[in-house]
Amino acid sequence: MIEINQVSKWYGSFQVLTDNTTRINTGEVVVVCGPSGSGKSTLIKCVNGLEAFQQGTITVNGVSVGDPATNLAKLRSHVGMVFQHFELFPHMSITENLTIAQTKVLGRSQDEAVSKGLALLDRVGLRAQADKFPGQLSGGQQQRVAIARALAMDPICMLFDEPTSALDPEMINEVLDVMVELAQEGMTMMCVTHEMGFARKVAHRVVFMDHGQIVEDAAKDAFFGTPRSERAQQFLSKILNH
Amino acid sequence: MYEFDWSSIPGALPLLAKGLMVTFEVTLTAIVVGIVWGTLLAVARLSSNKLVSFAAASYVNLFRSVPLVMVILWFYLIVPQLLRSVFGDALGDIRLASALIAFSLFEAAYYSEIIRAGIQSVARGQIAAGLALGMTYAQTMRLVVLPQAFRNMTPLLLTQAVILFQDTSLVYVIGLSDFFGTAYKVGDRDGRLVELLLFAGAIYFIISFAASQLVKRLQSRYAR
Repeated sequence: MIEINQVSKWYGSFQVLTDNTTRINTGEVVVVCGPSGSGKSTLIKCVNGLEAFQQGTITVNGVSVGDPATNLAKLRSHVGMVFQHFELFPHMSITENLTIAQTKVLGRSQDEAVSKGLALLDRVGLRAQADKFPGQLSGGQQQRVAIARALAMDPICMLFDEPTSALDPEMINEVLDVMVELAQEGMTMMCVTHEMGFARKVAHRVVFMDHGQIVEDAAKDAFFGTPRSERAQQFLSKILNH
Repeated sequence: MYEFDWSSIPGALPLLAKGLMVTFEVTLTAIVVGIVWGTLLAVARLSSNKLVSFAAASYVNLFRSVPLVMVILWFYLIVPQLLRSVFGDALGDIRLASALIAFSLFEAAYYSEIIRAGIQSVARGQIAAGLALGMTYAQTMRLVVLPQAFRNMTPLLLTQAVILFQDTSLVYVIGLSDFFGTAYKVGDRDGRLVELLLFAGAIYFIISFAASQLVKRLQSRYAR
């Protein structure tokens, strides 16, 4: 589904990504973790072309992201993305947030878009908030709406960029529950997150990054059992034992 | 001691009202065209295309660096030539047309700076979110960024409109009978220039001050 092949990226002369290669198969859940500044958010943003990269290739469902001839808008319309800071549109109601891209990008009718949006809102347990505005919702609720907004586009895969990092601790689980459910339904997911509980529960593979490089790319059990690299061991001991 | 004599004002009211309409016409046209053209300039200036952004920046810097009076005169001298070459001699009074164009183009430069700041006040993540949903850059601007930008900058746009309303009096240099021009002509005709200009000043003050108060009220409501 997603193939990342020897991707490198520079900001000027500063290299932020170095020769990264990994793949995410259809139906697979891959968790990307690593210390802050390790390039994991940058890498996931390269997958749908929000960040440009200078070397290597990324293909999503066979379409090359870095190819100038690729219609990026079309590609993104079926690659869902959830952001750290939710990024709901504050000037639109929750329903409008869920329908705007369906009507303007996919060309669905207003009725179809609303019924789809409300069904998804129901699914994330927020049907009652349909007429409110994002500012009236808690962070956890906003993030669930953001997930519903991405799902409304019938994505072939989902990208999560630290979806719980901006949340108060008591709201993290409500978001993770939605993500777990999604994973169990077989959605292809690439998740940048520090939630190792989530990784243990649903991930198939864990990718560990440091200094812009993929240091470890292993099946979940292997990663948590015996991480091969010293840096991954250090990282795990830091975030698991406190 | 100077004896005030206000008697020439009542009879001149219809004429003054007509002048006020011209003032409003210039003001409103410049606001509408200025905001539309200013928005395009602002978006162009923020474009990643260097040529487009340079062209927009040059336009804005040019208009912001020359006095408005000169721009008005300039267009009065140039626009008729241009229009005549297109429409022949079928044109009527060229003064209003050239004033409308001059003000619109001039104000667009100022509006574009306000709008540019407004666009930049919208979080960058909003653009990413729009793009990630498959919207084009233009759709993201139109549906996501600009509505938020305009909400943030409404008070500034209105303040600029009040300044513009006052600046329209500069059209006297091309002899256009706006409110100020009419008041001046009536005063000159009746030998009552002081009274007429005091009266005109009072009207400008009342309208501008009322509008500013309205902006203040809007501002405090948005701040809440």
